[in-house]
Amino acid sequence: MTAPVLVDYADVVARYEPTLGLEVHVELSTNTKMFCGCPTEFGAEPNTQVCPTCLGLPGSLPVVNRTAVESAIRIGLALNCSIAPWGRFARKNYFYPDMPKNFQTSQYDEPICVDGYMDVTLDDGSTVRVEIERAHMEEDTGKSLHVGGATGRIHGAEYSLLDYNRAGVPLIEIVTKMIPDTGGRAPEVARAYVTQLRDLVKSLGVSDVRMDQGSMRCDVNLSLSPTGSGVLGTRTETKNVNSLRSVERAVRYEMSRQAGVLDAGGEIVQETRHFEEQSGTTRAGRRKETSEDYRYFPEPDLVPIAPSAEWVEELRGTLPEKPWERRARIQESWGLSDEELRDLVNAGALDLIEATVAAGAPAGEARSWWVAYLTQQANTRGVELDQLPITPLQVARVVALVASGDLNNKLARQVVDGVLAGEGEPDTVVEARGLKVVSDDGALIAAVDEALAAQPDVVEKIKSGKVQAAGAIVGAVMKATKGQADAKRVRELIIERCT
Amino acid sequence: MSVITLSAAELAGRIQSGEVSAVEAAQAHLDRIAEVDGSVHAFLHVGAEAALASAALVDEQVKAGSAPASPLAGVPLALKDVFATIDMPTTCGSKILEGWRPPYDATVTARLRAAGITILGKTNMDEFAMGSSTEHSAYGPTHNPWDLSRIPGGSGGGSAAALAAFEAPLAIGTDTGGSIRQPAAVTGTVGVKPTYGGVSRYGLVACASSLDQGGPCARTVLDAALLHEVIGGYDPLDSTSIDAPVPSVVEAARLGAQGDLSGLRVGVVRELGGEGYQPGVRASFDAALQRLEKLGAEIVEVSCPHFEYGMAAYYLILPSEVSSNLARFDAMRYGLRVAEGASAEEVMAATREAGFGPEVKRRIILGTYALSSGYYDAYYGQAQKVRTLISRDFAAAFAKADVLVSPTAPTTAFPIGEKVDDPLAMYLNDLATIPTNLAGVAGMSVPSGLAEEDGLPVGLQIMAPALGEAVMYRVGAAFEASRLADEGALTAPEVAR
Repeated sequence: MTAPVLVDYADVVARYEPTLGLEVHVELSTNTKMFCGCPTEFGAEPNTQVCPTCLGLPGSLPVVNRTAVESAIRIGLALNCSIAPWGRFARKNYFYPDMPKNFQTSQYDEPICVDGYMDVTLDDGSTVRVEIERAHMEEDTGKSLHVGGATGRIHGAEYSLLDYNRAGVPLIEIVTKMIPDTGGRAPEVARAYVTQLRDLVKSLGVSDVRMDQGSMRCDVNLSLSPTGSGVLGTRTETKNVNSLRSVERAVRYEMSRQAGVLDAGGEIVQETRHFEEQSGTTRAGRRKETSEDYRYFPEPDLVPIAPSAEWVEELRGTLPEKPWERRARIQESWGLSDEELRDLVNAGALDLIEATVAAGAPAGEARSWWVAYLTQQANTRGVELDQLPITPLQVARVVALVASGDLNNKLARQVVDGVLAGEGEPDTVVEARGLKVVSDDGALIAAVDEALAAQPDVVEKIKSGKVQAAGAIVGAVMKATKGQADAKRVRELIIERCT
Repeated sequence: MSVITLSAAELAGRIQSGEVSAVEAAQAHLDRIAEVDGSVHAFLHVGAEAALASAALVDEQVKAGSAPASPLAGVPLALKDVFATIDMPTTCGSKILEGWRPPYDATVTARLRAAGITILGKTNMDEFAMGSSTEHSAYGPTHNPWDLSRIPGGSGGGSAAALAAFEAPLAIGTDTGGSIRQPAAVTGTVGVKPTYGGVSRYGLVACASSLDQGGPCARTVLDAALLHEVIGGYDPLDSTSIDAPVPSVVEAARLGAQGDLSGLRVGVVRELGGEGYQPGVRASFDAALQRLEKLGAEIVEVSCPHFEYGMAAYYLILPSEVSSNLARFDAMRYGLRVAEGASAEEVMAATREAGFGPEVKRRIILGTYALSSGYYDAYYGQAQKVRTLISRDFAAAFAKADVLVSPTAPTTAFPIGEKVDDPLAMYLNDLATIPTNLAGVAGMSVPSGLAEEDGLPVGLQIMAPALGEAVMYRVGAAFEASRLADEGALTAPEVAR
């Protein structure tokens, strides 16, 4: 196969108009699967989270997970969709070893959410309205691991291992309408849409939307038409786009590749392509000799989903503030620059800081803890900030202890270390490690006198008016009290004793 | 009267009074199976040990004087091999599931166990419940105890034959288009297809999900009613199960047995009485109408004009669902696997080729075609519309009559081999039973006598609206009591061994 001819991006944009379409699968973080009571936890031993239903054993039957329907409706409402008052599941029939029933229970022509939109904000502050065609519920398949063979795919593999833990995990597929007229900003729009959708879904608490773990997956549909022609081009569907950056790169690459094909007088083949993370390119999937016929029909083992208007309104009432609105509010109230806000968001610290503030800490202190010391700790441990074993409430308590003078900054870090080490609540750590600032004058005076006695030359200097020399004594007292003295008070006492 | 010829109700009474132990009852039936099943071949698997152990528990309860688990505690039962059983193989009459032991019990199985009913074993059936003669079992046909050269009906021929041969006083069947009722008719036994959703389908290996319904089989209407109340009722594991109390069918059967049907209107469906019925079947049906009238019922004629399209619609909907339901048999997780070492696709194809019989393959191909893009609207879509029209026909008919009646099957038991190569002739057996499955309403078959020309049993079909089983049982019991009083029980000749 010859390497594709890529057209320079500026040139593509000058002569072609891209039309985008994005299909995003979101794995819901319900406790149990879509149609059975099996747990959905990621990373368990293969084939341990299975039962007759999600294994598709003969005689087993599905029962719809109410929480999954609730999550689907909430996602739909957050995307300004209409919620269908009545709809059935459908069976999508095809054979594949990781699909236990050899059909996927999905929704076909009666999706639960239709006709929504999301206003996507680009880097320059302008917005693009992305229209949502539908969001529907379906079940995930199992996972195959193809061993041997060159491609890591089923064809040519020596053998395959099957893990059905993921089979039946609830998925919501969110499909945009065609997004026209984005021109050269198509890659940016795609990325911004997926980013914003990820944040939105995350804010609903219905999925952890981890693209790296596959709990959010994106397919990019793209076609080109010669500028001004008004004729829609043939589209390709690129799968395996597993990061926000990849979304942008996949769109950009497909634009350059398709322009190359069209410039050479070729035709775009309507096909599924796979994104290669390493090279940032796409390659054609296995060409199907015949088009797949899924033989959809209404799932006879399930009754229709008919959410009442009251239920839908009740769920609408549970929608949180939109993440971008919330950000604007926080930026305003904390007086952050755009850059500062972006750093907080990128560090995944915004929620944590907000919760810390809500627990009573001043915004500045809360920010400082999370973006400095705790980010450092998270990096050292190689975990996400929100996976550190410390809660915003605990951070707020440490801040309060500093503010009240019970802790100084150095002690406060030791308290945080104690909490991170699983030694309990901040107060417990203070108690157990004996970390309280010594503010009892009696104890301090003894230490000060001892230090003064040890350094008579310094005492002389102080007495002669060189007050800054007191620093040496302060240091000695702090050392003697293992850092637990209130340095300010120590200095006052030294001056007092020397005059 | 020996233990094996007792009705389930009588046997249950004797077990509770201590006159017969449940173990004795189980052993008597196991002996009977050992004696005659070589000729009848009603059973695919007999679980003697588990049966005796289960019976022993009932005997302990009787000895302890505690309340019985159900009115049928200790009574033996034959379970169609389409229900999942954790302690016995579940093959659905197919090679593809040969030796498969489910890791779970069907809801029906669990309810039988909870009721203290002794499960003797699993009965033969047409493969995946597709057929009307039990000849499509991969394990060989079941023989009709009335004439071993004839079919016992199907797909639940094993369950019906077990009753007629006194191998069990109770049995469970499933009815997708007549698979309980037609075998009941041709073996002189009682079979009930409950309202769709009345009995849980959880653990019932699906043939056609929107049509399948498990139900009771027995030799008397009261026994069927007692069993119906054990297995019926809401099951949260089956989304299509009806969340309503089980109709009081035992009470209705007892009421009916008093023999008064005055005030009830019995509708004769004009479209289910025309051509194609064997004269002896026709005559038995006419006599049944006279008997019902004598019992005080008012006979009215009703018309269900869309019933004539029922067969066509059924043979589009059923294969469509079958093609999807049976896709899971792919050798990946359980059951037969051939062509080991070839690619997954090749293993799947070779296993399905080797594991499914011709009738199953025929229906998978029909269904795959009917659901194909471009044909869906013309076939599956149209068939669903017919289904709606048939439901409307029933609604209109039930406005004029409390129950509807027809012959259950157009002929008596036909010789084994006669129709096995003629699918259309085979399908016509279910002409009168299919409409109730399409509409989800209830139906039962009660023996109406013997056909004059061949001396073989004929069944009367009684149909009732959804959840209208009480009136159906009442009519069935009244008819049965009256016929028994005049003609005596229909008892198959002693099985030649």
